[in-house]
Amino acid sequence: MSVSWYLAVSACVFCIGTAGVLTRRNPLVILLCLELMLNAANLALVAFARAHGNQEGQVFALIVLVVAACEVAVGLGLIVALYRRRLPVDVDELRELRG
Amino acid sequence: MAAVIFFIASIVVLAGAIGTVVLRNAFYSVLALVCHLLGLAALFLLLRAEFVAAAQVIVYAGAVMVLYVFVVAYVGGGEQPLRRPSGRGLRGISLVFAGALLAELLIATLGSGLSVLDAKGAGFFPAFGSPAEMGRLFLTKFLLAFELASMLLLLAAVGAVVLARRRSGLDDPREVSVADLLRSDASGTISDAERGSLQEAVGPAGR
Repeated sequence: MSVSWYLAVSACVFCIGTAGVLTRRNPLVILLCLELMLNAANLALVAFARAHGNQEGQVFALIVLVVAACEVAVGLGLIVALYRRRLPVDVDELRELRG
Repeated sequence: MAAVIFFIASIVVLAGAIGTVVLRNAFYSVLALVCHLLGLAALFLLLRAEFVAAAQVIVYAGAVMVLYVFVVAYVGGGEQPLRRPSGRGLRGISLVFAGALLAELLIATLGSGLSVLDAKGAGFFPAFGSPAEMGRLFLTKFLLAFELASMLLLLAAVGAVVLARRRSGLDDPREVSVADLLRSDASGTISDAERGSLQEAVGPAGR
């Protein structure tokens, strides 16, 4: 299989994730769609690493994995904090950022 | 054989992604994402990235998804079926935007005419992508990134605990402010001497 097939799959997954982030209103599902986009970027990185025969792209992919795990931890913490305060878990209702 | 595995894994990946976006119940979305991640691990194996595939399955499909399942079970995750009337037009616009982005990405990657993309990939040595090679790169060339990643994980763990911990004594639960999130319990951080001096400054009726 040539590398361009993997890139096509990566582009499709990225756009599905984008559509999910733009259309869904539950912040949990929005986080899941962000994961989709990060995974699509990972697939592209690994595909380019294979294309060039260079392992450094895989190192990038692992770093992206770490950053995604951090993002999930903080994002889920925020969602739990929202739920504890009886706020609506819906991004359309949460319009105001009050400091 | 590789082509058959590629197409099966790609179908699993795309179906999992679509299921994550389309399914109404957040719990089913998480399960669809697990399918997506398993298919993606198969694609990584086809691309000779053994360690990335193993980390993907262990870290994502194992740990992170369990965290998601717990939070969905805690929050409930019920998607209200009612949608406001103004949402339809915006939904259509966002779908059009995503389609335009797909076209642009496909033109940018497949239409670039790079000769490296049409080949089956450069030659590789047998240990390509193995854990030993990854560890060698992480501890030699990418040592700074490795240490920063560990620092980032520590910060994220502390931040998640601070954000999600149980706190009491909030007067108005409808208001969220950053000061409330950052405020720690008075008994935990302020010593008695400091509190005495604070009370002197504020006065006996200060609290």
